[in-house]
Amino acid sequence: MNKNQLPTWEVFIQPKSGASFQHAGNLHAIDEEMALQNARDLYTRRQEGSCIWVVKSDNIVSSNPDDEESFFDPSDDKIYRYPTFFKVSKKAKGL
Amino acid sequence: MSNNNENNFLEKINNGNKVEPRDWMPEKYRKHLIRQIAQHAHSEVIGMQPEGNWITRAPSLRAKMVLIAKVQDEGGHGLYLYSACETLGITRDELISQLHEGKAKYSNIFNYPTLSWADIGAIGWLVDGAAIVNQQSLRRTSYGPYSRAMVRICREESFHQRQGYEIMSKMSNGIKEQQKMAQDALDRWWWPSLMMFGPHDVDSAHSSDAMKWKIKRETNDALRQLFIDRTVKQADLIGLEIPDPDLKWNKKKKHYDFGKIDWDEFWKVVNGNGFCNKERIANHVKAHEEGEWVKEAALAYAEKQKRRKK
Repeated sequence: MNKNQLPTWEVFIQPKSGASFQHAGNLHAIDEEMALQNARDLYTRRQEGSCIWVVKSDNIVSSNPDDEESFFDPSDDKIYRYPTFFKVSKKAKGL
Repeated sequence: MSNNNENNFLEKINNGNKVEPRDWMPEKYRKHLIRQIAQHAHSEVIGMQPEGNWITRAPSLRAKMVLIAKVQDEGGHGLYLYSACETLGITRDELISQLHEGKAKYSNIFNYPTLSWADIGAIGWLVDGAAIVNQQSLRRTSYGPYSRAMVRICREESFHQRQGYEIMSKMSNGIKEQQKMAQDALDRWWWPSLMMFGPHDVDSAHSSDAMKWKIKRETNDALRQLFIDRTVKQADLIGLEIPDPDLKWNKKKKHYDFGKIDWDEFWKVVNGNGFCNKERIANHVKAHEEGEWVKEAALAYAEKQKRRKK
C-alpha cells in the first residue's frame, strides 16, 4: 500500500470581495499551486468565492479547547467593553 | 479523571454543543465516527461508478453535462468526508486500505448495476433522495467537522435529486418503451433504496450508542418512513407505480404502511454477493494504482522546485 500521502492544507474562502475569509475545510496537495487548484475544484464549484487562501495545516496554531475557560477568562469581567454598560440620557441622540 | 471527562463530554452533547477534533471524547465515540464517516465517504466515491457508466451514453449534451457535474460533486463529497474523518486521527491511506481490503463498507445500493438510462433517473430521484433524508438529519450530528460537511453536501445535493426526477418524469411522459424503462428502473431501485436506511431499529447493532451520543439524530425507521411518505406522492405525479402491493395510506398514523423488506437479499449483498461488489472494488483499486504515477510525479516536481529555491 502506498505511503506517500500528500500534506494537508486548510482552505479559507472569501465569499466576495471585501468580506472576511472563512474556513471551508481542508485537502491534500504537494505544493502551493496544487493546493490552490484543488481548493478551487473542491470548494468553489458554485461561485462560492472571490479569493482563496491555503495554509499548511501544520502551520496553524490553535488554542487548546480544554483551556477554554482560563484562556478567555481575561475578557469575562469587562462588561464596560459593551456600549450597554453606559447609562446615558434618552434625549442624547446619535450615541 | 476519565469519569469526569466522560461527564463533561455527555453534558456538552446534551446541551446541543458540537464536539471538535481536539476535544476529549470516548474511544468508542471516536471509533464509531471513523467507521460511519469512512463508510459515508467510500459511498460517495464508489457511487461515482454506476453513474459514470452512463456518461459516454447520455442521450443529449445537456444530460451529459449535468451528469458529469453530478458525478464530480460526488467525488467532492467524498473528499469533504475523508477530510472530516481524518480529523479523528486516521490517515487517508489507512481509510483507502480498509476499503480495498474489504474491512470498510460502503452503501450497499452501489452494488446494483445501472442497466438503462432510466436507472440514472432512478438513482438521482431515489438514491439521492434517500441520502438527502439521511444527510439532512445528520446536519445536526454532534461531531462538528461531520456536521459541517453535511451542511455543505446538502446544499449541493438538492440538484441531484431534481435532475433524477426530471429524467423519470420525461421518460414516463415519453413513448411506451420509455415508460416501460422508467417503471422498470423504479421496480428495481425501490426496495434497495428503502434498505439504504439500514436495518429496522430493533435489529440495528450500532443505533443505541449513536443516538445517545447524538451522532445519529433520528432512527433508521423514522427516516425511512419520511422518505416513503415523500416519494409516493412524487411517483403518483408522474404516473409511476411503486412496486409494493401493501403500500397504502394509514389515516390514523398519517403515514404510508408498506410491505416487508427482504432483508435476506440485503445481507446477501452486504456480505459481498451482490451483482457488482467485486467490480466496484476492482475498479477503485485499479484507478488508485494506475494513478499512482501522478502522485510520484507531483512529489518529484515539488522536490525539484525546493532544490531550485535553495
